[in-house]
Amino acid sequence: MSTPLDTTTGAARTPDAGTPDRDLPQLGLAAALVLVGAYTFYDATTLRIGFGDPVGPRVFPYVIGAVTVLLGVLLALSTLRGDVPEAEGGEDVDLRQPADWVTVLKLVGVLMVTVLTVSFLGWAISGAILFVGSAWSLGSRTLVRDVIVGLVLSVGSWYAFHEGLGVILPAGILDGVL
Amino acid sequence: MDNLGLLADGFGSVLTPENLLFAAIGVLLGTFVGVLPGIGPAMAVALLLPVTYGLDPIPAFIMFAGIYYGGMYGGSTTSILLNTPGESASVMTALEGNLMARAGRAAQALATAAIGSFIAGTIGTLLVVFFAPALASVAVEIGAPSYFALMVLAMIMVTSVLGGSPLRGFIALFIGLTIGLVGLDLNTGQPRLSFDQPLLADRIDVVVVAVGIFALGEALWVAAHLRRSPLHVIPVGRPWMDRSDFRRSWGPWLRGTAYGFPFGALPAGGAEIPTFLSYLTEKRIAKRKGIDEFGKGAIEGVAGPEAANNASAAGTFVPLLALGLPVTATSAVMLAALQGYGIEPGPGLMTDQPELVWALLASLLVGNALLLVLNLPLAPVWAKLLRIPRPQLYAGILFFAALGAYASNLQAFDLFLLVLLGLLGLAMRRFGLPVLPLILGVILGPLMEFRLREAMAISGGDVSGLWSEPLAVAIYVVVALVVVAPFVVRAVRPTPEVPTVDASGSVEDDAADSPGNEEALR
Repeated sequence: MSTPLDTTTGAARTPDAGTPDRDLPQLGLAAALVLVGAYTFYDATTLRIGFGDPVGPRVFPYVIGAVTVLLGVLLALSTLRGDVPEAEGGEDVDLRQPADWVTVLKLVGVLMVTVLTVSFLGWAISGAILFVGSAWSLGSRTLVRDVIVGLVLSVGSWYAFHEGLGVILPAGILDGVL
Repeated sequence: MDNLGLLADGFGSVLTPENLLFAAIGVLLGTFVGVLPGIGPAMAVALLLPVTYGLDPIPAFIMFAGIYYGGMYGGSTTSILLNTPGESASVMTALEGNLMARAGRAAQALATAAIGSFIAGTIGTLLVVFFAPALASVAVEIGAPSYFALMVLAMIMVTSVLGGSPLRGFIALFIGLTIGLVGLDLNTGQPRLSFDQPLLADRIDVVVVAVGIFALGEALWVAAHLRRSPLHVIPVGRPWMDRSDFRRSWGPWLRGTAYGFPFGALPAGGAEIPTFLSYLTEKRIAKRKGIDEFGKGAIEGVAGPEAANNASAAGTFVPLLALGLPVTATSAVMLAALQGYGIEPGPGLMTDQPELVWALLASLLVGNALLLVLNLPLAPVWAKLLRIPRPQLYAGILFFAALGAYASNLQAFDLFLLVLLGLLGLAMRRFGLPVLPLILGVILGPLMEFRLREAMAISGGDVSGLWSEPLAVAIYVVVALVVVAPFVVRAVRPTPEVPTVDASGSVEDDAADSPGNEEALR
């Protein structure tokens, strides 16, 4: 909302107004767009064309890939000309502080643990680990309470899906216990 | 009217004790999730999608309707009590609503929001009952070329008209279109962008995309910028209004509805413009009447925008049901949910699945009524939710996002995709890319390709087949106008004096003369 970032975007669109404050990480996004677009284009060239289909499977990816590359180039150009993005605000978002990427990394780590363990540990345990780990990463230090809440959530959702919705989440090592 | 008879049939299938229970659960869950800070209606619906897995379509729709309106109402509760709107549509409600709450009139603000939402939602849904079938009966006549043109129009409108930066809108749209390409090609059965992964060749589940971008992306973004000091929550009693509040509210409710519905029903929907217009109108009328309380907590400033917001939400069902075009983030998620039940969005929806559509419309009315009955007494309980400690709150969001993505196919690979999409959602928020064009690209991209190939197959490969119908030509003219208009305006008037209808800008103007505003943000 009324964050300092808002005011910069108005000036960013007219490059001659004010000092150009470049957002260089945006070049990374532009590069990613060019890469994705180029790969989409390349992938389309490997497709065989069917019969009785004048458009074929290639046209759409050709267009999408080409435009994506073009958008990446345009983004790179406007970044160099001082175009600054307007980061999104929100109820719990405080844009006046620098971004805390360490917390984000921890959360992604916790999520990856869930991805890797859910098949053999089962949802009841992996889900609880996800909750406890995320709360810990976000700064909670009430470990015992978090473990209890996490277990209630994960075991509760296992039973709710099993009994209420007929969706059987994997029980994993708790097979037979739940 | 025939429509009313069909609606009555819809009520017949909805009004069973069991279905009413589902509606009540939906309203409660929707409000519960919607009230939680940081969760807008789109995220609420996306997070609650898995709750309806395994249900039959009709009970599932009834629950959706409850979740949908519950999530919307929950969002406005948050913005009134915290003055930090979770989405652009409730910015206007937050302005006067929070001032009312500070002046000790939180109960009245919540009441006028609830009753206004109910009235606008009911009128809006009844208008859908009358308009959507008429539009749908025209829509079935629409050929593939015109339908293709219509999707181009929806994409152009959403990307370039809404949101500040067209370049960023198009970037988001094309990322979405690329995601939509992944998987087997419809005609030749060859995998595209699948890296020889059979799970990718199966196409990426739209639910996983929605949950990843909306819920996980938002949670990660908040984690990067978490406000370390607690927000100031205003305590609230049971919502009520006295006679004078009613006298001051009914006009804004009806005018707000009149603003909201048409904007929702247009392909360039969204609730930002009608809520803004409603706010301005009520301010002007109050000034003329000489009882201008705007800036000090005017009930009209809550009643009008809140009604406009809900009427616009109801209006979005017209293009959604008649044409299969979602125009807001929330309706895009709803469409993803409908697709989960094997319902193909498009002009044929109302003729192919009439009993489902009418049941959905009837459930919207039921959900709306239940919302009023349940939420007036429960408001103090919901207000307590605003105090949940943030680490546990966002841990819970991550938990339910993972559950939602996992439960649809029980594949750990879906969870991995969810993490990737969550990181994409995080990057989009960092780089100011709007979310709606992406979701629209994912959903409409494959449909668009299908229609394009259909149109070209009919014309035998002749490109002119794309504008062989008069309607298609007309739509392309509109597209051209939409694209060209901003440049013309800029050329005619180099420095526009008129403030653009940009919600954040207008808030700053008004926030300047309310001294308490900064302290609330801190």
